[in-house]
Amino acid sequence: MLLSELKEGETGVIVRVGGNGALRRRILEMGIVKGTKIYVDKYAPLKDPLELIVKSYHISLRVEEAAQITVEKQQHQD
Amino acid sequence: MSEKKVITIALAGNPNSGKTTIFNNITGTRQKVGNWPGVTVEKKEGLIQKFGYDLKIVDLPGTYSLTPYSIEEIVARDFVLEESPDVIIDIIDASNLERSLYLATQLREIDSKVLFALNMADLADSHGTKIDAEKLSNLLDVPVVFTVGNKNEGMDDLLKEAIKLAESSPDKRENRNVKYSRDIENAISKIQCLIEEKARDRINYKSRWTAIKLLEDDKIVKERFAEKAGAAGEDILEETGVLRKSLLNSFDEDPEIVMTDDRYGFIAGIIKEVRTTTIKKRVDVSRNIDLVLTNRFIGFPIFIFFIWAMFQLTFTFGAYPMSWIESCVNLFSSYAESVVPDSLFKDLLINGILGGVGSVIVFLPNILILFFCIALFEDTGYMARAAFIMDKIMHLIGLHGKSFIPMLMGFGCNVPAIMATRTLESEKDRILTILITPFMSCSAKLPVYIVLAGTFFAAKAGNVIFSLYLFGIILSIISGRLFRSTLLKGIDAPFVMELPPYRVPMLRSLMIHMWDRSKIFLRKMGGIILVGSVIVWALSAFPRHVEYSADYSSEIKMINESFNMKIANADEKDKELLKNERIAAIAEIEKAMNAEKTEKSYMGRIGKGISPVFEPLGIDWRGSVSLLTGFFAKEIVVSTLGVLYSTEGQEDKDALKNALRSSGMTPLSALSMMVFVLLYLPCLATIAMIRKETASLKWTAFSIIYSTSVAWIAAFCVFQGGKLLGY
Repeated sequence: MLLSELKEGETGVIVRVGGNGALRRRILEMGIVKGTKIYVDKYAPLKDPLELIVKSYHISLRVEEAAQITVEKQQHQD
Repeated sequence: MSEKKVITIALAGNPNSGKTTIFNNITGTRQKVGNWPGVTVEKKEGLIQKFGYDLKIVDLPGTYSLTPYSIEEIVARDFVLEESPDVIIDIIDASNLERSLYLATQLREIDSKVLFALNMADLADSHGTKIDAEKLSNLLDVPVVFTVGNKNEGMDDLLKEAIKLAESSPDKRENRNVKYSRDIENAISKIQCLIEEKARDRINYKSRWTAIKLLEDDKIVKERFAEKAGAAGEDILEETGVLRKSLLNSFDEDPEIVMTDDRYGFIAGIIKEVRTTTIKKRVDVSRNIDLVLTNRFIGFPIFIFFIWAMFQLTFTFGAYPMSWIESCVNLFSSYAESVVPDSLFKDLLINGILGGVGSVIVFLPNILILFFCIALFEDTGYMARAAFIMDKIMHLIGLHGKSFIPMLMGFGCNVPAIMATRTLESEKDRILTILITPFMSCSAKLPVYIVLAGTFFAAKAGNVIFSLYLFGIILSIISGRLFRSTLLKGIDAPFVMELPPYRVPMLRSLMIHMWDRSKIFLRKMGGIILVGSVIVWALSAFPRHVEYSADYSSEIKMINESFNMKIANADEKDKELLKNERIAAIAEIEKAMNAEKTEKSYMGRIGKGISPVFEPLGIDWRGSVSLLTGFFAKEIVVSTLGVLYSTEGQEDKDALKNALRSSGMTPLSALSMMVFVLLYLPCLATIAMIRKETASLKWTAFSIIYSTSVAWIAAFCVFQGGKLLGY
């Protein structure tokens, strides 16, 4: 499924970062690479952008950007 | 002492890694802020003496990587490549180890002398993360120093280590770099061999690094390589192309993407060795704050409150020191008035220089306060949240969430607003924001609306003024979308933005921030604004001797004589009355004389000359002269109107209103004039700032021409359309 389809509080593991050019490179360089766990912390009040936690820091992406990232949803385990 | 060599130390690191704090700690107030050549990225450097050495500290722009995708990264990389600093201190945010190491591996690849400052390890420690610095140092063969920037700890150790490294012999540590996948490594060594063989002496970068960059299809390196290596370079580039294609086939992915993956893979290996995380149930203060500040329901109200508070502080609270400065300037000019003998120079000094610079320097408190607030937003980490909340709305105009703050400040004054665009990272965003911010109706335009709307729309004045503001906003949105799809084409800057943890700001850093900005403003005062003021003054003060249509001085004389006679014949009681009458009568004539003087000055002649341009807008020559003087500062439009209608200084507050009403101006032409004032070219100080912040005459000229054309067209539509509708 797509990262943009995850709900607040859900975790996914990145399968593939799509898109092209500078944006894709930038996303990868920020550490959003294959196999990384990514947690959807919250959506902005207007539902766009969203706040994610990856490699223990917070990053925000627009929904359209998150829609380029394929993830595998992880079942919640505390 | 004479043989002392200057050691250049560059500070590199991710944004929010605490780089600026460390830079401030090391250099204190001995900083020089300028721009990197050719771009508007801020360059900070400081020269200090420590341990018997002269150290030049250069603060590189904060970047996540060294790929040539943003100006900041290009600037940072070029400095490392071309200026070869003696040492690079890479500031590693201990709580963000992986991402920090990504930049670090790239710096290592360039093969300059790198030193790690492991910053804020205490914070990471309290979050349950322990980092084995010794192991990290061994694994990457890089000296590591612990620092705590905001407590000013470890700075001396850092500099000592940097000096030691600078004095050491050039290193030969080739094999502690990232190892890429086998196919990629093969390709790299093939290209490397070719470079060594054919172009060794022509390329001054390391051959492995050059090979890596060519394989990554790095545009800038490719260009420079082709330029320097000549014909041999073409062969190598061709060969690289072939290798890239075959890698693309086998990985089903561009090599640079695979290489990014590999780097993170390499980093993951290091992390496993050096970092131990103990599961600690901890309270994440930062996330708790965010639960409130970016909350779905109260996030916006809080944001609006902060902005409101900033606006109030800047413009309401700032009005007090503003009036002090104003009275200082007045005091100064009245002193000059009494001391300097009457001459052209006196007029120049008082009306030109003091009047002009004085009318702009009063903005200094606004600017100080505004930039204090912005520095507070930035240093605490709230700016990123503001952008987070506002992005959806700003994205509609094709802008980044952060553009909201400069645009909003535009309602107060465009000068600080345009300076505030510095907070935007992408140059395109910055230019776009600068172009549309002047449509936000600034506070200096308000007096014009109050007079015109108050005169012609009476009870509906409030609605009219509100509609003007709204009209400005709508036009800025339309212009924004227009520019985004034409002149400043290209996808919006991606919103890949870090939301750094909230931090307690350091007063010192806030002060340095605020002062840096204000210095830029003050420097402008001595330059372009001074020159502009003198020019505007000269236009309205010359020619010195005007051929008056009436002999005002003999009229005054006649009045004096006739009153003298009357006073001589009157009783004691009436004498005072008559004296007052005489003063009023003389003032009346002096006013007529002033009006004629203004009318016949060069400014007046130009105004009259261009009045045909304003005729279709329903604006007469008096209107066009005042619009011209409004170039100086918008509020002057009102005072020029006052002079031209000879109502200045009149006790009666409604004098100008009455004069306007009887001058043939209609509500429609007043509306047209207000629309023109709302949109036409920004004032001198704003233009100076646009020039400064875009670093381009082309964009400055474009901004002037665009806004004035839009103003003319809009006012034309209002006036002619209104006439058609029968108003």
